[in-house]
Amino acid sequence: MDDPQRMDRRQAVKWMLAASATVSILQLPTLGGGPARSGYGTDPNLLEVYKPGDFWPLTFSKEQRRSVAALCDVILPADERSPSATGLKVPDFIDEWISAPYPRQQADAKVVLPGLEWLDAEAARRFHAPFADLSEAQKNKICDDLCSVQKAGRGFERAAQFFAKFRELAMGGFYSTPEGMKDIQYLGNVPLAKFDGPPPEVVAYLKLP
Amino acid sequence: MGPYDFKPRSRDGLGIDWPYTYDDLAPYYDKVEALIGVFGSNEGLENTPNSPPGILLSPPRPRAYELLIKNASAKLQVPVIPSHLAILTQALDAKKVSALLHPNDPRAAGTLTDAMRNRLPCIWATPCGRGCAIRANYQSTTVHLPPALASGNLDIVTDAMVREVIVAPNGKATGVHYIDKKTGQEVQARARVVVLAASGCESARILLNSKSGLFPDGLANSSGKVGRYLMDTVGSDLSGQIPALEGCPAYNEDGVSGMHLYTPWWLYQQQLSGKLDFPRGYHIEIGGGREMPGVGTFEDLDDLTGGGYGKKLKEDARRYYGSFVGFSGRGEMIPNEDSYCEVDPDKKDAWGIPVLRFHFKWSRHEEKQAAHMQKTFAEIIDAMGGKVLGKPQLDGKKAIAPGGSIIHEVGTTSMGADPKQSVLNQYCQAWDVKNLFVTDGGPFVSNADKNPTLTIMANAWRSCEYLLGAMKKGEL
Ligand code: SF4
Repeated sequence: MDDPQRMDRRQAVKWMLAASATVSILQLPTLGGGPARSGYGTDPNLLEVYKPGDFWPLTFSKEQRRSVAALCDVILPADERSPSATGLKVPDFIDEWISAPYPRQQADAKVVLPGLEWLDAEAARRFHAPFADLSEAQKNKICDDLCSVQKAGRGFERAAQFFAKFRELAMGGFYSTPEGMKDIQYLGNVPLAKFDGPPPEVVAYLKLP
Repeated sequence: MGPYDFKPRSRDGLGIDWPYTYDDLAPYYDKVEALIGVFGSNEGLENTPNSPPGILLSPPRPRAYELLIKNASAKLQVPVIPSHLAILTQALDAKKVSALLHPNDPRAAGTLTDAMRNRLPCIWATPCGRGCAIRANYQSTTVHLPPALASGNLDIVTDAMVREVIVAPNGKATGVHYIDKKTGQEVQARARVVVLAASGCESARILLNSKSGLFPDGLANSSGKVGRYLMDTVGSDLSGQIPALEGCPAYNEDGVSGMHLYTPWWLYQQQLSGKLDFPRGYHIEIGGGREMPGVGTFEDLDDLTGGGYGKKLKEDARRYYGSFVGFSGRGEMIPNEDSYCEVDPDKKDAWGIPVLRFHFKWSRHEEKQAAHMQKTFAEIIDAMGGKVLGKPQLDGKKAIAPGGSIIHEVGTTSMGADPKQSVLNQYCQAWDVKNLFVTDGGPFVSNADKNPTLTIMANAWRSCEYLLGAMKKGEL
């Protein structure tokens, strides 16, 4: 918590909840949910104010955070339209996500954590250093073997599944920030007096009647 | 629901008929729609009833991708019409609606008018599913409870986990026994009439847990039907990517957080003439376009581009964002003997109340319907010039979402005309206990392809009118 690079806990949790909204409103954990009780009857106390750290403990170790940051920036580097994933604190988002006690997040944790371990082992095997310390070319060499579930070679199937999941979470975090939204031109989430439907340039582009 | 949906057995020999007809419920549908505010249009389609003039609010303009879906569907003779959602696209005429709903009660009309004036029209932003701060969408907490509280006739007891209905030696319900979740204390609430509306399944659980010398198999269960005929909605989804949408100029496409257009079931005549291998229909919900991005927005990218990372991935995100469309089929399940809930002999909840265990089985009717959904969605995506993401699943067993996942569980306290075959009469009054009612989704004996909430409300309204009448006559 004393790391100035890290995002405030409350912010990260809110971000995570917002980014999960598109999936199913009914699978959502409740904001301010508090630690899950075991068994039946896990209703959260909605009136309580929670401090950072009260929700659930975070997961990544220092080493894991380095790998996560490095992989995030290979997947989403800075370019002329938007910052890099670490520039938008996406590693905090992923940590919060996989630490949440809900079924979907826990299932993702089971893919992400062994995947990170594999990544560092693979980096050590090929280049004798942790993934975070590799050169750009070396990192790309490893990622080239993982970045497609369809084309992954033998022995890389599980690692490719991990990469796909990690990329999904990194993109989910990245594109649900204001900078990410701007990059892909999501223009909503602003109040309107009326909704006019597609403007003339869209009607023309799509040849709508 | 439409006229066919209340008399499925009379129509095709399957399922169970409701003890009343569509015409019996129609006036209550109109009242509910007037009260909560529903946008939509009257299209006069088969078994998809119109509302009387002046009830529906104007539907929002369709989005770009919705218009593309409509055009492609038209080629396949699949109708696409404005959806019906309980969202205010314009301010309600509070005075008019209140006078309509309470013609002979100026005080009630006044209270309702005040409550309705606190609701503002939609601002076309923010997710409805998390509650609407300006009260533009329908929620009981903002639509029903405020005027009821203002009437001075309502007390709300929260954190009260009901364990059982208490019954006097004369067989009448005298109240409920609940556990105060904050203190763990056991409390009794006394009542002249008990109305359960804990949702389908949970009301059945309360009845089954209300065992006594008089009712050894649970309350209101002389028919043995409490817990029986559990239904969910048939669900199956498919998505596609539409090249025509790539590069389309960006615009704010939020609208309400829900579809502006949908497809009601359209193949009644084909079913009637035996051209389809499943008896009941489904409606299609659509989504896609430039929705607020989140986890899952780009989950199909691998399928589309063969994966990738780095600057190319960012370019792919720009290129493909907004070009996805999704189709969800939501269809009718026919009640069957293998789908039911019962009290678990071992397991209890945090308050020591026995929980339910579930038995569930889709029949071939539902599985074939799910396969038809997949085939139809693939055809529409194809007609849009798009690519199906993944493969359409034509094996119905695999295409159908597991029971319980569409969370439309209804049934388990079925209503009927015969006390031996049902738990409740047509007014949701227990056959066995005169002053006990169940007014949630439990009384349903069919689960049509229309989503259940509106029917739950209309049916509850009809039951409550009967209940009030009986109280006034001194019968209860
Ligand atoms: S989109 Fe939904 S939540 Fe937002 S203002 Fe409209 S009704 Fe309310």
